[in-house]
Amino acid sequence: MEPLMALAIGLLYATAIFMMLRRSIVKLVIGLMLLSNAANLLIFTTAGMTRGVPPLIAEGMSQPPPGVADPLPQAVVLTAIVIAFGVLAFAVVLIRRAYEVVKADDLDKMKDTDT
Amino acid sequence: MRPEVALPVLLPLLSGALSLLFWRSRPVQRFISVAGNVALLVVSLWLFASVLQDDYVTMQMGSWPAPFGITLIADMLSAVMILLTALIGLAMGIYSLASTGRGHEKFGYYPLMHLLLAGVAGAFLTGDIFNLYVWFEVMLVASFALLILGGERAQMEGAIKYVTLNLLASVIFLSAVGLLYGTVGTLNMADIALRMNAAEHRGMVEVLAVMFMIAFGIKAAAFPLFFWLPASYHTPTVAVSALFAGLLTKVGVYSLFRVFTLIFDQSMGYLQEIMIWGAVFTMVTGVLGAAAQYEFRRILSFHIVSQIGYMILGLALYTPLAIAGGVFAIGHNIVVKTNLFLISGITHRLQGTYQLKKMGGLFRTRPWLAVAFFISAFSLAGVPPLSGFFAKFVIVRAGFEAEAYVATAIALAVGLMTLYSMVKIWNEVFWKALPEENDVPAEVTPSGDDGRLIKPSLWMMYLPVIVLAGASLMIGLFAEPIMLVMNTIGEQLMSPQGYIEAVLGVTASADDALLEALDTEEVSP
Repeated sequence: MEPLMALAIGLLYATAIFMMLRRSIVKLVIGLMLLSNAANLLIFTTAGMTRGVPPLIAEGMSQPPPGVADPLPQAVVLTAIVIAFGVLAFAVVLIRRAYEVVKADDLDKMKDTDT
Repeated sequence: MRPEVALPVLLPLLSGALSLLFWRSRPVQRFISVAGNVALLVVSLWLFASVLQDDYVTMQMGSWPAPFGITLIADMLSAVMILLTALIGLAMGIYSLASTGRGHEKFGYYPLMHLLLAGVAGAFLTGDIFNLYVWFEVMLVASFALLILGGERAQMEGAIKYVTLNLLASVIFLSAVGLLYGTVGTLNMADIALRMNAAEHRGMVEVLAVMFMIAFGIKAAAFPLFFWLPASYHTPTVAVSALFAGLLTKVGVYSLFRVFTLIFDQSMGYLQEIMIWGAVFTMVTGVLGAAAQYEFRRILSFHIVSQIGYMILGLALYTPLAIAGGVFAIGHNIVVKTNLFLISGITHRLQGTYQLKKMGGLFRTRPWLAVAFFISAFSLAGVPPLSGFFAKFVIVRAGFEAEAYVATAIALAVGLMTLYSMVKIWNEVFWKALPEENDVPAEVTPSGDDGRLIKPSLWMMYLPVIVLAGASLMIGLFAEPIMLVMNTIGEQLMSPQGYIEAVLGVTASADDALLEALDTEEVSP
């Protein structure tokens, strides 16, 4: 399972970078979305993928059974998803406003502040 | 239970929440802004006093024992950064009363400012690497919104670059955190530091170090990752520019200091070499970029980049003295750079432009403003006896001691170039006569979106400028006690054992502590 996930994550990173390198600001934001998804999947995968052993402590025990799935990365991923959602919502509004002001979906037309 | 560690984060959050409750009432928000920032300054002094006494002050969130819960920890570096944050926060709070237009205030300027301060304070105090990421995001979201308040074309264009590159840095940081967890199985920075030495995959450790270096390098605006900064920092309203200039990049630099002294503390060989040359190029490109500019705030923006180089050079030389010098540079730069931006705001108010060519004659009409600029600018260039001189002096001395002659020589030359840019501003804005074609408006006042002019109250803009210029002067005149504090920081950072013990409360190896905790307590992670 892990090699498959690794391939998928690598593909996501590559696609995201490709999208971000285009000139269109819409594609830029799509790239950012894919990038944060790739990072989330990466965290999810690096801690090891364990199936069918939830980290629950059985009644009368003081410790979970050995070999349980690690819940921490999942908590981390949840937090990261929420943050990415908020930030991307902002980014979408930003490109809409930028489009209204600049009247172009083209990063090459946004060079006023560079000179 | 040490509430003073948590309060610098909680107070701004509280002020922000309160200002949100009074969304419609401008006067209440303005009052909360000043009162909240005064309270923050008081708390940060309390924290500083505690750290002076106890070296490390820690607090475990929710009383979870150390590697499992989130730890807040203040060592001397954190305490100094919090103190400076509070000082800048208060200066901005007062300055904003006069400089911020009603349109900005109506769209949540004050709540966002508090949120930004909370994010900055959280990043300085947390002892958990994922929590650091969260505070970075809190800070970033607030800064995004502050950056585009007003919605002009330049702001939108600047914001797209700022948002994209900062989000990219965040994703690299987040990926690095994920891989780090996969490598060592913990997120607590002190615990990571212990386990990192025992990590099996040395290759992985180096990859992680490079990822953190790039992520924080983008946030700190180091060469060659700084391009978002000069493209965006001159676009928002001037109080926001000053706040960003003072604090945001320094959070990136702080994180570099923290991560590379605590987690990747082995001599990193070629990474150290890369960092030294990165620092040198940061200085040189920043100062050359500034030399080509004729817009007040753009010159200052490029100088932020240039000064970041000194701080990173302090870290890269990696001796206690060099790190003390690097932290001195951070502290001095926060005060001075903020002040220069504040002064640019006053000159803009007086002459209606940021273009140096169109300004002039301010030495005749506002001699005290000229004096404040003189102090700050020459401090930035490192002229004795001002604060910048001692920062530079310590770094240069550490550079010679570490036998990094070329880098040190370049650092000295960059000081000269800084002087050139500052003299350029001085000549154009203060010294030369006002160009005749510029019909100076009597007083340019920020107007609300209802078109009503706000009564100019320049003293509220002057007050923070005078205080900060005085602070720069004082740092220079009383450099010795400050240098003692900086030396403590250098020693604390170079021997992270104290930090680790303060967080984990044990001297045993992490694995023992972990097993022990697992055995004795019912831990649900």
